[in-house]
Amino acid sequence: MRDHRLTVYTPESPLRQPTKFVRDMIADLLASRELAWRLFLRDLSAQYRNSVFGYVWVFLPPLVASLPFVYLNSTGVVRMGDTPIPYAAYAMVGTIIWQTFVDALNSPLRTINAARAMLTRINFPREAILLSGLLQVGFTFLVRLVLLIAVFGAFALEPAATAPLFFVGMLSVVATGFMIGLIVTPVGILYSDVSHGLPIASTFLMLLTPVLYPVPASGFGAIVSALNPLTPLVTTTRDWLTTGHAAHLGGFILVSAVTVTFLVFGWVAYRLALPHLIARLGN
Amino acid sequence: MSADIIVRVEGASKKFCRDLKRSLWYGLKDTAADLIGGHSSNGLRPDEFWALDGVSFELARGECLGLIGRNGAGKTTLLKMLNGLVKPDKGRIELAGRVGALISLGAGFNPILTGRENIYVNGSVLGLTKKEIDSKLDEIIEFAEIDDFIDTAVQSYSTGMQVRLGFAVATALQPDVLLLDEVLAVGDAAFRAKCYERLARIRDSAAFILVSHDTDQIARVCSKVLVLDRGRERYLGDVEEGIRIYHELSRPRQQTSSFEQSAAGTIASIGSCDDTVADGGLFTFSISVDVPELVAVADVRVVFWGDDGLPALDAYTRTQGWSLRVKAGSSTIRLAVGPLRLKRGRYAVSIAVLNRSNNLHLYWGDRIRTVEVDGPMTGAVGYTPPLTCLSSDVG
Repeated sequence: MRDHRLTVYTPESPLRQPTKFVRDMIADLLASRELAWRLFLRDLSAQYRNSVFGYVWVFLPPLVASLPFVYLNSTGVVRMGDTPIPYAAYAMVGTIIWQTFVDALNSPLRTINAARAMLTRINFPREAILLSGLLQVGFTFLVRLVLLIAVFGAFALEPAATAPLFFVGMLSVVATGFMIGLIVTPVGILYSDVSHGLPIASTFLMLLTPVLYPVPASGFGAIVSALNPLTPLVTTTRDWLTTGHAAHLGGFILVSAVTVTFLVFGWVAYRLALPHLIARLGN
Repeated sequence: MSADIIVRVEGASKKFCRDLKRSLWYGLKDTAADLIGGHSSNGLRPDEFWALDGVSFELARGECLGLIGRNGAGKTTLLKMLNGLVKPDKGRIELAGRVGALISLGAGFNPILTGRENIYVNGSVLGLTKKEIDSKLDEIIEFAEIDDFIDTAVQSYSTGMQVRLGFAVATALQPDVLLLDEVLAVGDAAFRAKCYERLARIRDSAAFILVSHDTDQIARVCSKVLVLDRGRERYLGDVEEGIRIYHELSRPRQQTSSFEQSAAGTIASIGSCDDTVADGGLFTFSISVDVPELVAVADVRVVFWGDDGLPALDAYTRTQGWSLRVKAGSSTIRLAVGPLRLKRGRYAVSIAVLNRSNNLHLYWGDRIRTVEVDGPMTGAVGYTPPLTCLSSDVG
């Protein structure tokens, strides 16, 4: 049986029919699951097919990001403060959490830019692109988990009893990064300033967030850490894995709630923006 | 929407902006306007123009609309609006059922993946489930004629192979409305014929909209025609009449140059020349030449160029097995080409007179005149009618 649903296009804002808009959002999200999976598999199998080192490229970023600090800390040039577990393991956990945040942050704009040709020529549930990006973020995280397990093994560390909650923490880390990335996407598709700025901003933010060092107890650093909404995300997630004592749980819950709200807003904005953006992109 | 009308377009309009920076800024403003549920402005802002202005038509199941117009007339914009890729700025578009579109073939193909992998990706992009693709896989591979290459990366496919694969996947969708943007121009003749056959087969159950510059193709496939001219609807209705209007619009392209050239020592120019020829009539012209010495074997070649820039007629005395004898001093060469069996239209005429012994031009006029031929709306192109000598002082 063919479906005979009627499609109507008008200049009006789709928000003027909120019930229909929400129904379309949910229907498209459901319809996009299979396509998202296919696009994810496509990108995964294509990603390293013409590469010699393959998945080594997945392991390298957190290693390269943390090793200099491990080195500096070991020489005593820079003191990172007292960490509950050996510093190298501490830094590695931090950078893996952070790198996953950065992956999620860059994901919407990166996947949409890669799919430009498709977006301007084919009508398909637009959520599929976002979902396939999320699947990639998740997959990369799982690969890096192997690195994490190896580090724990090397230092003969036991994960805390709350370790399963680490995955809940990661979910919130990914959601927050993705939410920020999604909100800047409509601007980022039109203006390349966003894709130029994101890597610089995320490197800078990493140094302002207790990724490679524990939360400072006093001084200017303590104020910055307290104001930084990423502090509770990173520290709580790390604490759940390492010590089991989450000092910033309240902040974590607050940031997660704000993330969910803005995630929905970003999704609505994305749906509304795309027809306008495609018209401006041309072929 | 009544039972058999499946496409209804009412006053669809779209504005574009000439200036890139402004265009991007307007894009953000329009998004913001949608976000607060407001209405974007109906009028034109600085640097804007109507790329599509108040287009309306209806299409029933089984009908095929040919969309013709010169470059930049708004054809692709209209298709993109029908496909929901961009929003109309004014007007309303209604479509019933599944919409399939081939606005560009191979969009969504990943060059590194194999043909088989790409069929699954492209199929799900177009809305097919894995099960549906599984059941149609053999049919798609067979139709695309790529059995040997199905497990080869698409980047090593020829353009034709990619087109075939794209078309095979898109039509496997069994759409109610099918939008085709000049995609059939790429395949070879045999594959095009196969595509028409397939289109004819699904025609009863769907409505097509076909964009093409090839008016023969439009005349063969379409049941009505919409002629767009700089975003406006110029004509909607009968195919023959629509094609005639389109050719009228395309006319300014058919311009003559005043490029005339002769070998050193020779003086030559075009004299009289017919500017209209009836169907089956003769095209006559004369060239005055002044040569320093006798040219024992001279050839004349006449080429008619069609609207599409391709030769529609090529008549050459050498291939027709005769030649002229041009005596020293001045003389007038009068010749006739015909009977002409060309489709109706305006043709640019190039004429050359060559000395066969050294292949130098006694005369060469490139697109030197245009001639109006009153023939049937469609017809064969590229044939060689006989040349006949009319003058008495050469030969």
